[in-house]
Amino acid sequence: MYGWEMLSFNIHDGFLEAIVRGNRSGLLTASDYNNLCQCENLDDVKMHLTATEYGPYLQNEPSPLHTTTIVEKCTLKLVDEYKHMLCQATEPLSTFLQYITYGHMIDNVVLIVTGTLHERDVNELLEKCHPLGMFDSIASLAVAQNMRELYRLVLVDTPLAPYFSECITSEDLDDMNIEIMRNTLYKAYLEDFYKFCQKLGGATAEIMCDLLSFEADRRAVNITINSIGTELTRDDRRRLYSNFGLLYPYGHEELAVCEDVDQVRGAMEKYPPYQSIFAKISYGESQMLDKAFYEEEVRRLCLSFEQQFHYAVFFAYIRLREQEIRNLMWISECVAQNQKNRVHDSVVFMF
Amino acid sequence: MSSDSSWASALVRISPYTFSAIGIAVSIGVSVLGAAWGIFITGSSLIGAAIKAPRITSKNLISVIFCEAVAIYGVIVAIILQTKLESVPSALMYDAESLRAGYAIFASGLIVGFANLACGVCVGIIGSSCALSDAQNSSLFVKILVIEIFGSALGLFGVIVGIIMSAQASWPKA
Repeated sequence: MYGWEMLSFNIHDGFLEAIVRGNRSGLLTASDYNNLCQCENLDDVKMHLTATEYGPYLQNEPSPLHTTTIVEKCTLKLVDEYKHMLCQATEPLSTFLQYITYGHMIDNVVLIVTGTLHERDVNELLEKCHPLGMFDSIASLAVAQNMRELYRLVLVDTPLAPYFSECITSEDLDDMNIEIMRNTLYKAYLEDFYKFCQKLGGATAEIMCDLLSFEADRRAVNITINSIGTELTRDDRRRLYSNFGLLYPYGHEELAVCEDVDQVRGAMEKYPPYQSIFAKISYGESQMLDKAFYEEEVRRLCLSFEQQFHYAVFFAYIRLREQEIRNLMWISECVAQNQKNRVHDSVVFMF
Repeated sequence: MSSDSSWASALVRISPYTFSAIGIAVSIGVSVLGAAWGIFITGSSLIGAAIKAPRITSKNLISVIFCEAVAIYGVIVAIILQTKLESVPSALMYDAESLRAGYAIFASGLIVGFANLACGVCVGIIGSSCALSDAQNSSLFVKILVIEIFGSALGLFGVIVGIIMSAQASWPKA
């Protein structure tokens, strides 16, 4: 019941909520980002990061440093914190924390399948996988030839099994099918997560459903923009949109028939939250749309910390860390390639 | 005693000592429930937050102390109430005066118990938020402490009214 969770939340989850809020205070602030943006080379970046909470992870790295090493070590910190929380969590928080990683699992599956299609080595691909989304039999994904085999050999034992019912076909895997498979899986995962959060009820349901609706809508816009000009039919496109969110169902009808970015803008401007996003970018431009969406997402995630006694803080913390790692990757790349004037194109400040 | 309704006569035939005993039990039992509830709510957040910010532990024990005070109110009132119990001769057991004394002690116990329950839970939830905010920004502690002080006044109101109620619990003399 909404409002009464404060009486019983702390019995099982009070300790972990306090831990995740302590971790949140370790996120990099605007002054940290300013220091990082003024670095001359990657060793400077490493020196600044050693002074933050990333210190123990980066201080033993030998120079010369690569951007991939920085990103890998920072991701390792996130994984350590996640595992620390997961091993202390009880139901239903432990299920909730596991749900957060299924998105990465889907990305890893698609990465390995695509890489195998292009004849890459399995071990090389395994190193590129996101550590939060690893599962035991992931290496045997390289053996599968079509989706039915993929499911039967590997995925039936993973938590992703229920999401496959919509996309089992016997067609061979190629680039287009793999993208459709990724989006179908992600759609099923988001809907499942949404139902789970609604079942939890209370403040968790309210905040998580808002965050997930935004995610669903953002994916709908990205699918639309990425499929303009490809051979994806309108019906296929509509099948990839989720069954919840602000845009469901009328916005999806309009998005399904859009043929260019300005039509997408026209469809989205009817919804006040998205109108403010689209107002930030001028006509005909779609590169800044990603950054505008990220900024809105970060704003909503930071707002979820304003309320106590719910699970959305865990989701928000992991997402904010991932955004921070994206920021660090962008800054490191700009510094390494000597293009510091482009740093602010893609860095989203949190606080 | 009117015999219009058999339910009415059932109520007034319950011994006033029963009501008094239940009142005393509620006074301490439910107060301790409220205090314990508040302490676990505050304590779990305090321990978790103190991992990243160890400086908050000593100051935030005040929240736990406020919750504990609620239990002490319950004990004090229970002790006061049990001193009000006196024997009456069995002829006067169901006299109006005895019933009045019994009901007064019962009500006093209920008042104190439930006021302390609400107060303990209130202070506990505020204490939890206080610990988490203090860990992020230490200037917030004193301001949230003011809210806690207002919250702990609720228990005090209950104790005052309870003691006034029980003060006029006078059993009839032979």
